[in-house]
Parts: sequence; structure tokens; C-alpha cells
Amino acid sequence: MTEDEATWRRNRRLLMLLVLAAMLVVSACAGTDRLGLESVVSDDIPQNSLNPAGPEARQIDDLWWLVFWIATAVFVVVEAALIYMVVRFRQRKGEDRQVKQVHGNTKLEIIWTILPAVLLTVIAIPTVATLLDLRSAPDPSDNALQIEVIGHQWWWEFSYPEYGFTTANELHIPAGRQVYLTMTSADVIHSFWVPQLAGKRDLVPGRETNLKIEADEPGLFLGQCAEFCGLAHADMRLRVFASTEAEFETWALAQAQPANLPAAGPAADGWETFSAVCASCHTIDGTSAGARLAPNLTHFASRTTFGSATFANEEQHLRQWLADPSSLKPMRPELNDLEVGRVLGMPKLGLTEDQIDGLIALLETLE
Amino acid sequence: MLMATMTPTLEAPPAARRGVWGWLTTTDHKKIGILYGSSASVFFVVGGIEALLIRVQLATPNGEFLSADAYNQMFTMHATTMVFLVIMPAAAAFTNYFLPLLIGARDVAFPRLNALSYWVFLFGGLFLTVSFFLGGAPDGGWFGYAPLSTQVPEVVRMDYWALGLIIIGLASLLASVNFITTIFTMRAPGMTLMRMPVFAWMSLVVNFLLLFSLPIITVGLIQVFLDRNIGTLFFDAANGGDPILWQHLFWLFGHPEVYVLILPAMGIVSEVLPTFARKPLFGRSFVIFSGIAIGFMGFGVWAHHMFTSGLGPVAESAFALTTMFIAVPTGVKIFNWLGTIWGGSLRLNTSMLFSLGFIAMFVIGGLSGVTHAAAPADWQQHDTYYVVAHFHYVLVGGAIFGLISGLYYWWPKITGKLLDERLGKWHFWLMMIGFNLTFAPMHILGLNGMPRRTYRYPEGLGFEFWNAIATIGSFLIGVSMLVLFWNFYRTRRRGEIAGPDPWDGRTLEWSISSPPPEHNFDQIPVVEREDDFWHRKYRTAEDGTAIAIEPPPNMEFERDEDIHLPSPSFYPVLAAAGMFLVVMGLVYVPWGLIAVGAGAVTTLWGLFGWSMEPITREEH
Repeated sequence: MTEDEATWRRNRRLLMLLVLAAMLVVSACAGTDRLGLESVVSDDIPQNSLNPAGPEARQIDDLWWLVFWIATAVFVVVEAALIYMVVRFRQRKGEDRQVKQVHGNTKLEIIWTILPAVLLTVIAIPTVATLLDLRSAPDPSDNALQIEVIGHQWWWEFSYPEYGFTTANELHIPAGRQVYLTMTSADVIHSFWVPQLAGKRDLVPGRETNLKIEADEPGLFLGQCAEFCGLAHADMRLRVFASTEAEFETWALAQAQPANLPAAGPAADGWETFSAVCASCHTIDGTSAGARLAPNLTHFASRTTFGSATFANEEQHLRQWLADPSSLKPMRPELNDLEVGRVLGMPKLGLTEDQIDGLIALLETLE
Repeated sequence: MLMATMTPTLEAPPAARRGVWGWLTTTDHKKIGILYGSSASVFFVVGGIEALLIRVQLATPNGEFLSADAYNQMFTMHATTMVFLVIMPAAAAFTNYFLPLLIGARDVAFPRLNALSYWVFLFGGLFLTVSFFLGGAPDGGWFGYAPLSTQVPEVVRMDYWALGLIIIGLASLLASVNFITTIFTMRAPGMTLMRMPVFAWMSLVVNFLLLFSLPIITVGLIQVFLDRNIGTLFFDAANGGDPILWQHLFWLFGHPEVYVLILPAMGIVSEVLPTFARKPLFGRSFVIFSGIAIGFMGFGVWAHHMFTSGLGPVAESAFALTTMFIAVPTGVKIFNWLGTIWGGSLRLNTSMLFSLGFIAMFVIGGLSGVTHAAAPADWQQHDTYYVVAHFHYVLVGGAIFGLISGLYYWWPKITGKLLDERLGKWHFWLMMIGFNLTFAPMHILGLNGMPRRTYRYPEGLGFEFWNAIATIGSFLIGVSMLVLFWNFYRTRRRGEIAGPDPWDGRTLEWSISSPPPEHNFDQIPVVEREDDFWHRKYRTAEDGTAIAIEPPPNMEFERDEDIHLPSPSFYPVLAAAGMFLVVMGLVYVPWGLIAVGAGAVTTLWGLFGWSMEPITREEH
């Protein structure tokens, strides 16, 4: 046995070991929880796109894992080959090896052109199938719930045309029923994204886009704007509450009711401030406040959050917000131009403590 | 003879001017290359600091290190700087310095145009960067999506961005005309296109990409500027304009731009691997033609950046398919590089390590690219950190690794001294580890629902751990760069002398002294085959191995008598300075119009003086 052959054998063993190790790692991960991505993240990761909670997100998830495993196989083969070659063909100290001057091999070229093309075709077919299915309009037999979404800097407006009311930032849907969103934007481009329910879809001014979402089970799903939309893009969050059909119906009917203004007490004082100051942008249904430049507050107290689902709906946060909104969330109210409808956030209104007390009392009555 | 009296030849090449004036007026492609490279290094530090500030902000949830306003400026400028002021000029540096050497020419086709390109680029970069001190840097993203980029014309930041990119684009456009002409007209005798080194080939493809794609974004940028400043309504949906139009214009440029960034690195890798494997490039013509294929296909995949914009299912399917199949020529390149290594005798020096690192990292970036070619999967990944991870694997693990490989490879040719190998290996391993610590976790962050361009994230979304790791990794990259800069400094003082051919090179630049003489070649080489220089040193034995020819070839030639070199000229920098005044003034209309006027006059003066300048100055 020449020295060359001995080296080759040693190296072949090394190569096999490498490939084996790589396969072990991959299969170990595949067998348990797919590379550990989910265990690292899963329970406490409410926006995890790898943890689908509805049929649309699940279809995407299935496609993702197909592509992921093909890509991983290619990754393992190429990287193992690279490492193997570097180890095997590296020049040792003091070695002066003459190497064969190989210029190429047409057969190999054909193989490694066709092989990737075949793999890509394997990906391409389910890609197009999934795409066409998810982008199709809902089947009438699904009896999809229609919701209209308008993106604003930096909050979400949701309207339920079947029930005739508008709300903000917290979307309620019936679990197990398809929901068909029709979306547009009032200012710049936003993107509606609740990873556990569906992929994202942009909200483009002057256009209508659609998205199908559905939750299997009742639950809370978090999402946020995914297209950079300016200063408070990071704080343009949203929540989706999926509930049983009956609970949803109860909620929707309550939301469709106008507000009952209090006749006396601090809340009535609050209404005075509201109608004088806040009404130039906000709506409370059933009152004279009807501007649509900022979130509809008719049932504000029924929401768990405010400031585009960013802050808990609690008195201390509300107090700070009313005193100086930009201290909680970065906005550009100094550039507001109500005449042309350009609102880049709630300004610091210079309210007194009494006025703030009154407004908070008012907001608490808006259930 | 009649001909001799009519041709204004110079007895000796004009003495190179020294000092600052020499650099300002130089038309020597090598000096301009050094200027490009030095400027790119400085901007790299700026862009790197921006990146580190971003990472500090994101290291913990609810970060308060940067305001949202500062953060938006940082990520906009980090991307703009790294793309337009670092990778592109770094590639231009190598193209400038080495393209003429690789094809056996004494300079580029239009030396003064070359100087103009550099100065316009530099002024454009300075223009963008000074915005930090003049009311705030651009903050609408490097992609400047309308109508966000046109929304608040009273804030000038996005004017800096639009105008800055217009003139930086102009610089690249001028350079592309120059390089294409150089390649087609200035090759040494016998240097047929197929004998041309692969780096030169990739430069040719890149410059065609620039030539065809830059006009598209320039039109878009002018529209943004007009929408912002004189009330045109190109992108205003309320008045019949269309925001999606901008996305098409931007990405029709933006995707070819991706190949503009990566192909030079692929060219470098295709030079480095054969040199240090002591083998010719495997499947050379396949590598070249796959580069050309990538160039063509690169114009047919732009809308994969817009899978969530609402193009309709047919368009989305079509672009998903084209995007998948651009992976084929890319794969061909990778396999041919592996074929080059196979059976070689690999010298694992720093340059080679970075080229091998390029392959290892670029494979990851390419494969994650395939995962978002599957459009529905991209609806989850789009605008998340998964995409951030993907393109950093392509642009850092790919483009930057390749460029650094080229730096270690060609540094001895440029400076005459070898970079220190021990420091080089520290640099490589620190960067390799730091890079993967920074960007591998971003795949997970993105899939777990962390969107890009968000200045903070609340607790409880599970983003804390991987963000902290990424920040640690980014500082490791920073440290690795300090090692590189220390290596530059140290080598200048006591680096090992390289000699003309330290790597046993294959291409013509290694046949001349290091650094090369001002006129490059004493005699223009006559090329007989690809890797011509290698074949002057080696012949192929019967068993296919290479045998050194004894005695080694004499590379000393008598100097040609009528070497024609371009004269230095002051007019390019003058014309470029005028353009700086014009764009500066346009930001501050109406009173800035004075600067616009002054700048226009200066530019015209520069161009007029240029056109009247004698081709070769009579020095006696």
C-alpha cells in the first residue's frame, strides 16, 4: 500500500465520520422538535410563525418545513464536502505536492446543473399550489366573516360591516370560522401580520388587499405591523381575540351599541373636556364626537390595551398618556395637519390634573 | 516619417505628482483604486459604528440607548452606507486597480472620467454623511418606500437620501461605461474574452448590470424628489399616483444591485481558489457563463421583494419560479469552486481562508434565499429578522468575505509588503465566529416573529436571548476589524517584502513589480492562453501535474519607447465639487438655489476645461 492510498483511506474514514455526524445532528433534531427551534422558543413565543394556530398559517408552515429540510440536506452535503476537502487537500508543513491540472468535466457540470433544478421543481410545485390556494377568495360555503382594516400611523382601524361598528387595535374573531380581511391604508404602507394565523399582507393607500385568517381554537394571538411605517413602527401592535361563535356574537352586539354618556360626576366633566379637545380626532358613537383621525373610543374600556395594543389599559399608563403621549410612544404630532387629515400622533394637550381625572373617569365608563 | 511627426508622443511618462495635489489630480487607475479603497474603509468604520449602535439598542428589551428617531436614522444609514459607500466602492477599488493589470493594459479607457467617478462618489458619500449634522440623516429606510419617503417634505432628511443616491448612482454609471469600454477595447494582444481572468469577467457583468439598472432608480429618485419638493403626485394614491410604482422602480434596480454587490466577490474567489489550490479554475467557462446567466436572470426576479405587496397570484407565482431558478447558476458556481479545491494542494493562508469562508457562508445565504423564493413561506419571513439574517449571509459572509479575501491577496501587489499571516488568522477566526454569532440567531428571531426596523421590542415575546447573543457577536466582528486595521498599520512599518509574485500567481499582475510601475507593463504582454503567466512558469507533465520550467522565465523587459500615460487633471475634482454644491443647494430651496447656480457653473467650468485640455501636456 503506497502512502497515497493510506492517506486516502484515512481521509475516507474521516469523510464518512463527518457525514455521519451531520446526519445524526439533523435526524436528532428532526426526530424531536425540528432543530430545537420550537423548544427554544415555543411556549413563550406568542408571535412564533413556526407554531401555527389556524389552517392558513399551517399551510405555510407545511411548505416551510418541506423547503427547510431540502435546504438543510443540501447545506449538510455541501458544507461537509467543503470541510472534508479542506482537511484532505490542505498542504502540510514542508510538503510540496504536485497536483493534477484538471480543467473541468462536462458530465459533472450537467449533473450539478440538473440536480438543483430537479430539487427546485420539487419545491416549486407545492409553492405555487399553496400560493394559489391561499390567495383565492373564500369559498361562499365557508361563510367567512368580513372585516375591513385600515392602517394608520400608528394604529389599526377595524370595521365589522355586518354589525355596523368600528373598533381599533384589538380584533375579535370567532374561532373555527374563516375571516376575510379587506385592507387599505390611510397614509403610508403598513403590513398586517399575526404570525400564528397567517402570513403578512401589506395595506397600501389607494388599493385594496385581502387576507384570509382563521384560528382553530379560542385564544389570544399577537401581531404587529411588519412594513416600516415611520417613527412608531415598532409600537404599532395588534391583538386578535378568537372566541367561540356565541361569545363573539355577544361581543359584537355589545360593540354595536352606542355609548351612554354619564349625566353627572367626574365622567361628565371628562366629557366636557373630550368634546372640546379630543373630539377633533376621536369618535364616541352616539355622541357629537365623530372625527375619524384617531381610534374610535366608543367601547374603550372593553379593550385590554391602548396605544395600538402596546400598553396595558390601566389608569397609571392612561394618566401618563394623557399628560404626555410622546413620553410613552414616539410620535410626531408637531407635523399634524388636521385640514388635510395628516395625523402623526396624539399631541401633548396641556391638560390639567382635573381634566385628566375627568377623562379617565369618562373612558372607564365606555364599556 | 509622416506618422511619427503627427502623433504627439511623450518621450517619458509625465512625472507623477506628489502630495495632496497629486492625489487630487491623479488619473492613474492604481491611485484612483487606492482612493476608492481608502474611502470605502473610512465609510466601513462609519457604517460599522452605526451597526454597533443598533445592536446596543436591541441588546435588551425596551432598549433606551437610542430614541426611535435616532434608531431609524441608524438603520437607514447603515444600509445605505454599507451598500453604496462600502461594498460598491470596495469592489470599484479592486476593479480600478486590477482590471487594467489583469487584461494587460496601461490604464482604463477614460482616465479622467475615472477620476470624475471617484470624486462624484466621494462627494456623494460626504453629502449623505453630513446630513447627520444638518438636521438629521435619512430615516425612511434605504429602500425609501413611498409614500413614507414623500410624506413630510418639511423635514429634509429624505431629500438628502434621494439626491445622495442620484449622484452616487451617477458615479457608478460613469464608471460602468468606463470599465465596459476598457474591457472591450484595451485588452492586451491575444487576451481574447474567454482568456480573460474571471474577476474581469465578473466586472464586465457587474458593469452591464449597473449600466442598465441605475437609470431606473435614478428616474424613481427624481420622482421622489419632485413629489417632495414641487408637489408632483407620482406616488400619491389619493391623487391618482401609485406607491407600488416606486417599489417596482426601486427593486428593478435593487435586485440587479444585489448581484452588483456579490459578483465582484465571486470573481475574487475565482482568482484566489486556483492560486492557492495550485490548480486552474474548474469549469472555467461554466463559471463565466453562470455569471452571465445570473446577470440576465437578475433582471427578472425583482418582484420577489414584493410578495406581500399585493401583486396578484399569477405575478407572485411567476416571480417565485424565476427566483428559484436563479439558484441554478449560483449553485453551478459553488460546485465548480469545490471542483477547483478537489485534488489541489491547498495553502490555507488568510486570503484562502476568507475565500473558503465565503463558500461556506454564501451557501447558507443562498439556501435561505430559496426558502423565501417559496412565496407563501416568504409571507411569514418578509420584513423579519430572518431576511436580515439571509442578506447578511450573502452580503457579509458573501460579498465582504470575498472582498477581504481579495484584500489579503492583492495587498502585497498594491503596497509591496505582505500582510501579517498570524494577525490575519486571528482576524479570520474572530470574524467568522463573530459573524455567525451575530447573524445565525437572527434566523430564529425572524421565524419567531421579530420584524425588522423596530427600535424596541417588549418583554415576553421571547426575543431577549438571541438578541443578546447577536449583540455580543457584533462586537466580536468589531474586534476582528481592529485586528485588520492593526495589521495594516504594522505591515506598513515592518511588513515582509512581497516581491513581484509572492503567491506563485496565475495572472498578469504578478508578472510585474510590487507595487507596479506607473506605466504597469514595460512591454504590453502578448497573451497565448488563459492564466498566461502561470503557463510561462509551468508546463504540464504527462501525468497531468505541473512542472516548473527551468530556468524561470525572465520577466524583465526593455521598456517600450512610446508609453502614453494620461496626464493629471484638476478638472474632474472640480466638476464633482460643483455637483456637491448643486445637490446641497437643492435640499434648501429656495435660498439654496444660489448654491445650485454656483455649483452648476463650477461643474460646467470643470467640464469645459476638461474638454479643452490637451490630451498630453507638453512638458518641454
